Amino acid sequence: MLEARRLECTRGERRLFSELNFRIGSGQLLRVAGANGSGKTSLLRIICGLVAPSAGELRWRGKPIRSEREEYSRNLVFIGHLNALKDDLTALENLQVTAALAGMSAEAARMLGALDTFGVAHCAELPAKVLSQGQRRRAALARLALSAAVPLWILDEPFSALDVKAVAELEHLLAAHITSGGMVILTTHQEVQVVAHAVVRVDLDLHTAALLAA
Amino acid sequence: MIRALGWVLRRDLLLAFRRRGDVVNALVFFVIVVSLFPLGVGPEASQLRNMAPGVLWVAALLACMLSLARLFAPDHQDGTLEQMLLAGEPLVVLVAGKVISHWLMSGLPLVLMAPLLGLQFDLPGDALAVLCVSLLIGTPVLSLIGAVGAALTLGVRGSGVLVALLVLPLYVPVLIFGAGAVGAVAAGTGAEAHLLLLGGFLALSVVLAPWACAAALRIAME
Repeated sequence: MLEARRLECTRGERRLFSELNFRIGSGQLLRVAGANGSGKTSLLRIICGLVAPSAGELRWRGKPIRSEREEYSRNLVFIGHLNALKDDLTALENLQVTAALAGMSAEAARMLGALDTFGVAHCAELPAKVLSQGQRRRAALARLALSAAVPLWILDEPFSALDVKAVAELEHLLAAHITSGGMVILTTHQEVQVVAHAVVRVDLDLHTAALLAA
Repeated sequence: MIRALGWVLRRDLLLAFRRRGDVVNALVFFVIVVSLFPLGVGPEASQLRNMAPGVLWVAALLACMLSLARLFAPDHQDGTLEQMLLAGEPLVVLVAGKVISHWLMSGLPLVLMAPLLGLQFDLPGDALAVLCVSLLIGTPVLSLIGAVGAALTLGVRGSGVLVALLVLPLYVPVLIFGAGAVGAVAAGTGAEAHLLLLGGFLALSVVLAPWACAAALRIAME
């Protein structure tokens, strides 16, 4: 269970949001909405623990995330807007390294299965630099197919650069993760077609609006 | 933990192998700088013997510094560094893996090449041996200290110059004792004291640098 209390984020002189509260439990999806520049990515980086909020705190299963950083990191998968692929490694090698660093087995057959989920198994032996933008995104997302056991998924614009088929595949994975008791936090501009009752929304525009009014 | 270190090492070595040009660059720089000195200074053997330790060590130091820019910056740009911070393994271990691979790619080739280049300066056998040992102990220190500098200047504009400014003062003792060791053998006083001090630097930086580096990386990501 993840709980945010009175989060505030400042970038330079500008306050992006403040007094942000939310909580999500197992089987829920949190959709972070907001205009460009409203601080969605900053919020996700705060939730991951990469950046400290300028005020407020986040609690994972009741404990502040910064007190047990490695333990918390093991419980989350973060896919940012960068795909975290090394251009000179093949899609397969990239996934192997990612899986190994996350403490999973890096067995090639399992990796190929994950790449196949997103239809990029045929690119497994190609270096990432020759892949198209959409293929790179799929190769990065393939990690999710390995991470069913990791409770918290944090995804920054996961649908960007994906075609209709890959979007459907991702929605299917997200739905499966949520029904099996996982948690998903994502930012997206398109409506997500997953179990609607489980969706919590945080609208950063409203928080910015409140700031302006105050 | 060891497994994660192994994977980082494997990844970085594989990347270095795929981009051999970068590794060769530093080595070529080292060879060129060292080889130009005898040509520029002239063939006076005793003069060459005197300046050999300093020239070899300064060139090794600069070659090592050249490759620092590639230590974290590419990983920072493509987001893989972010993932390392979230890997659930102690960041210190991953940093250690990166530093080891940096040394294997930039320090070790210099150590292996040094005796050959030392011949150009008419260095006797025992001085060549000490040169190798001093570089073998000294270059890991350069990689470790350099990694802290590279982490501190990550994402900063003009980071190349800044790294040099940060790191050079810390490189100076290593340079003095490294070159001093070779000089001491030539002077007949024995290199033991110098090498022991170098070993002390190595021990100190092995203990402190990875932690400093990990902390600096966390700050750089904010």
